Amino acid sequence: MFEFANPKRFMDLSGTVLPWLAAVTGILLAVGLYLSFAAPPDYQQGDTVRIMFVHVPAAWVAMMGYGFMALASAIGLVNRHPLAEVAAKQAAPLGAVFTFLALVTGSLWGRPMWGTYWVWDGRLTSFLLLLFLYLGYIALWNAIENEARAARVAAILALVGIVNLPIIEFSVDWWTTLHQGESIFRKGGPRIAAVFLWPLATMALGYTGLFFTLLIIRMRTEILERRIRAAAMYSGT
Amino acid sequence: MMSFLALLTRDLRLAVRAGGSAFLALAFFAAVVTLVPFGIGADSALLARTAAGILWVAAVLASLLAFDRLLQLDMEDGSLDLLALGPIPLEAIAAAKGLAHWLTTGLPLVLLSPVLAVLLNLPSRGFLALITSLAIGTPALSAIGTIGAALTISVRRGGLILPLIVLPLVAPAVIFGAGFVGSTIDGIQNGAIWLLSAFSLGAVLLSPFAAASAIRIALSG
Repeated sequence: MFEFANPKRFMDLSGTVLPWLAAVTGILLAVGLYLSFAAPPDYQQGDTVRIMFVHVPAAWVAMMGYGFMALASAIGLVNRHPLAEVAAKQAAPLGAVFTFLALVTGSLWGRPMWGTYWVWDGRLTSFLLLLFLYLGYIALWNAIENEARAARVAAILALVGIVNLPIIEFSVDWWTTLHQGESIFRKGGPRIAAVFLWPLATMALGYTGLFFTLLIIRMRTEILERRIRAAAMYSGT
Repeated sequence: MMSFLALLTRDLRLAVRAGGSAFLALAFFAAVVTLVPFGIGADSALLARTAAGILWVAAVLASLLAFDRLLQLDMEDGSLDLLALGPIPLEAIAAAKGLAHWLTTGLPLVLLSPVLAVLLNLPSRGFLALITSLAIGTPALSAIGTIGAALTISVRRGGLILPLIVLPLVAPAVIFGAGFVGSTIDGIQNGAIWLLSAFSLGAVLLSPFAAASAIRIALSG
């Protein structure tokens, strides 16, 4: 891990990996979209079941994004790995957008399925709180001028907020809620039909690939920005 | 122990003096509770149903007032540096700050809440539940607010960002606290008070560590 603490090595490696990752992501998303439209309508929900293929992967990536951000924060805080801090900072806006997408697509799905755009049950409430946690994290980064100090303070916030993730995950078990319970990650295996599982899994992999593609692009941009600032400092402009 | 008590006494005195936040929070609590019926209408039945929630939200907002002053003043005049060099660990300092905040803001809120609950037409069954839930929940508010104060020490105008950070973290306390009062009024037994107690206990015990880490970062810069 510490071989990549050197920004130049990270830039070289990510520069090589990025086109392939972007290509694989593009293919996965294209295949996933095709499968989503090719899947048969659900006997109960009809065609609106297809929203699941954009809603569920967005929610998964939103939670994974926060977990990634917290892990990067911990590594940055404990190991003082410089790129870990950059990774955490750049993951936050991505995670926030995926959270927002999950909330919006879920709301649009809720209208035909449950008859309401929103309900204050355990899953939806804790997911909304996840969005606010992301926004607070981003605001904290922007509020502190000293970059090194901002990184460490924001890392503490990310780690304090990690308790929300298990609450989101298990909220559908702990409380009787309107949102449906676990269908995939449960004892006894997935309870969902294979013809729906394949598009879902493909889109999930595609969304994950998209997250990391965008993350790498953002990290590279940040490193380049820092180089520009350093060069400007040294040249006295 | 003596140092802890000395620090606690100092903060208590600062809070009750002019420019301190003790009475400000009470006045703000009363002001918010008075404002809500203007907004939602004075229908007694509606107020009775929403009283617990209104009081809990007002308690959270009133608690938020004191947080940005909690540590920033000490940071600015250098006392935080001196305290950090002192005999007691930074975690104990953070705990003392949190305790002082609860004694001067949280506890008075708990004591004033029955009076305001009368204004909001809370059913008599709910009074004991309200006081209990606030008594158990306000320490969590103070603890998590101390974390927020520590995170925003070095931020100019950190008072604006602090609610954004703190509110998602204290949401479980509001959910369980107000939920306990509501279900007691309806006669339903659920585990809300235990969940609130667990949340509060966890927050109070763990927050000094997070707050101390944040203070250390601010002092090292």
